[in-house]
Amino acid sequence: MQNNVNVTNFRQDFAIIANWVQFGAKVLDLGCGDGQLLRFLGGSLEVKGYGVEKDDGNVLNCVANGTNVIQMDLEDGLSGFENQSFDTVILSQTLQAMHNTENIVNEMLRVGREVIVTFPNFGYWRNRMQIIAGRMPVSKTLPYQWFDTPNVHLCTINDFDDFCKNHNIEILQRKVITEGKEVTLFPNVLGNLAMYRLKSRKAI
Amino acid sequence: MSEINSVGIVAPQTAHFKEALPLKSGGSLAQYDLVYETYGTLNADKSNAVLICHALSGNHHVAGIYSENDKYPGWWDNFIGPGKALDTNKFFVIGLNNLGGCHGSSGPSSINPETGKPWGSAFPIVTVEDWVNSQARLLDYLGIRQLAAVVGGSLGGMQCLQWTIAYPARVRHALIIASAPNLTAQNMAFNEVARQAIITDPEFHGGDYYEHGVVPRRGLRIARMLGHITYLSDDVMGEKFGRKLKDTIKYSFDVEFEMESYLRYQGDKFAGSFDANTYLRMTRALDYYDPALAYGGDLSQALSSAQAEFLIVSFTSDWRFSPARSREIVKALLDNESKVSYAEVTAEHGHDAFLMPDLHYHAILRSYLEKIEIGG
Repeated sequence: MQNNVNVTNFRQDFAIIANWVQFGAKVLDLGCGDGQLLRFLGGSLEVKGYGVEKDDGNVLNCVANGTNVIQMDLEDGLSGFENQSFDTVILSQTLQAMHNTENIVNEMLRVGREVIVTFPNFGYWRNRMQIIAGRMPVSKTLPYQWFDTPNVHLCTINDFDDFCKNHNIEILQRKVITEGKEVTLFPNVLGNLAMYRLKSRKAI
Repeated sequence: MSEINSVGIVAPQTAHFKEALPLKSGGSLAQYDLVYETYGTLNADKSNAVLICHALSGNHHVAGIYSENDKYPGWWDNFIGPGKALDTNKFFVIGLNNLGGCHGSSGPSSINPETGKPWGSAFPIVTVEDWVNSQARLLDYLGIRQLAAVVGGSLGGMQCLQWTIAYPARVRHALIIASAPNLTAQNMAFNEVARQAIITDPEFHGGDYYEHGVVPRRGLRIARMLGHITYLSDDVMGEKFGRKLKDTIKYSFDVEFEMESYLRYQGDKFAGSFDANTYLRMTRALDYYDPALAYGGDLSQALSSAQAEFLIVSFTSDWRFSPARSREIVKALLDNESKVSYAEVTAEHGHDAFLMPDLHYHAILRSYLEKIEIGG
């Protein structure tokens, strides 16, 4: 599944996400912010996109941008959505800020035939260096101080691989990138952003 | 009272319809009047019309004033006007009084042309579906084929939903606010108490009180007091009145607490200006509306023919039309892959919040309406 998508003005991980979404697919983007990813996918792939967002300001921006947005709190699950009613459900760089992490991943796998999850790899060597130096990591992908961070469930690539194994989740594809470039060698050390394409092994 | 961004002085108009309107109840209205107001200008290709559907006690006077000294603008004046969220520089806005109403459209208190006397109990029970059919005829009369948008809150939102079902090609956008796809048992129960208050008033006379020269004031007053309790949240009542006393406690059944004074005032004001027969019919229209019923309770199927794009708005403290009910509409629209956005506005005013000029709420409406494309 390869789509040729122009990514010049968008976030680096968008290009990989776009390659994992089919043309015309029905897509749910959880924690969609101002709807940038959905507009990107809508423009290039003509997806039928819906965002889920909690924040008033982001909801307003989505409405102003003409992005379909549903205002709700992901921590409450996806009870308003039918089983397997979306082709792809995306959680882009939000997993680490979820309290109810297990629940939301299960809910995504229930609602979506495929799931895309991306998160900052806590095992990235620069994070490790800062820990060794005796400080909590602060970087472009983890821009918060320990006392004001929304990130409550940071994990490494190895952690997430184990999570998938233990939760009966099939990893269809995994890509790890640093500064927009794919990392294949020692991804848990050299990779900054982890991206997974998943589906449930359970019958839903 | 001239206000910035007001549509200014407006005047109602009356459209008379001679072609019988078949009703859901099985009967029909041989002829009828619809009173309406318009604001803004219909553009050349007639692509900028917005219909406002009113709720239980609303009417056609949605915005503007009737004279220079008029202190009471239309009921949704904070939303509609030049430069306001629903901008009359862009849109041509239509407000009407629904059938069965008491503000000029044919209803129980208007004269039945066949008898020359007020309709009273003989005026049929009209439904949301009937209203929407009559509204479509008003659009025909005005030469408007398709609405840019239909907007309504509460019972008005139900009419918007019905528009998208009954006339999918005639409505491009539906803004459904503080509404529900049908009423819950609890919600209908409030309506039943309100009706019982009216019907058991000794001056009701089976609905034909006009010819007795009386009105069932007490019943209507109590019905409205009950309504007001349910339109506010516990929090806002607490904030507004709390346990504040009017004076010192007198150990009587007169007004002791501020809250009682408020309810009595609202009840009296309403009972002096609204028709009890209309109140009965409006609550029944609310009770009966249930578009999913014909589809075995499947709202998604009921909405499958809709072509409009939707904005659904609810308010966190609204317990009479709770956010959960709006989310049912959203879910059905998602099932159908309709274009839909849903805003759950944090507000303390309960059901009444839909009429308040909350900044975020109005910003959502404004942003949505600004995106609607119109022709020349």
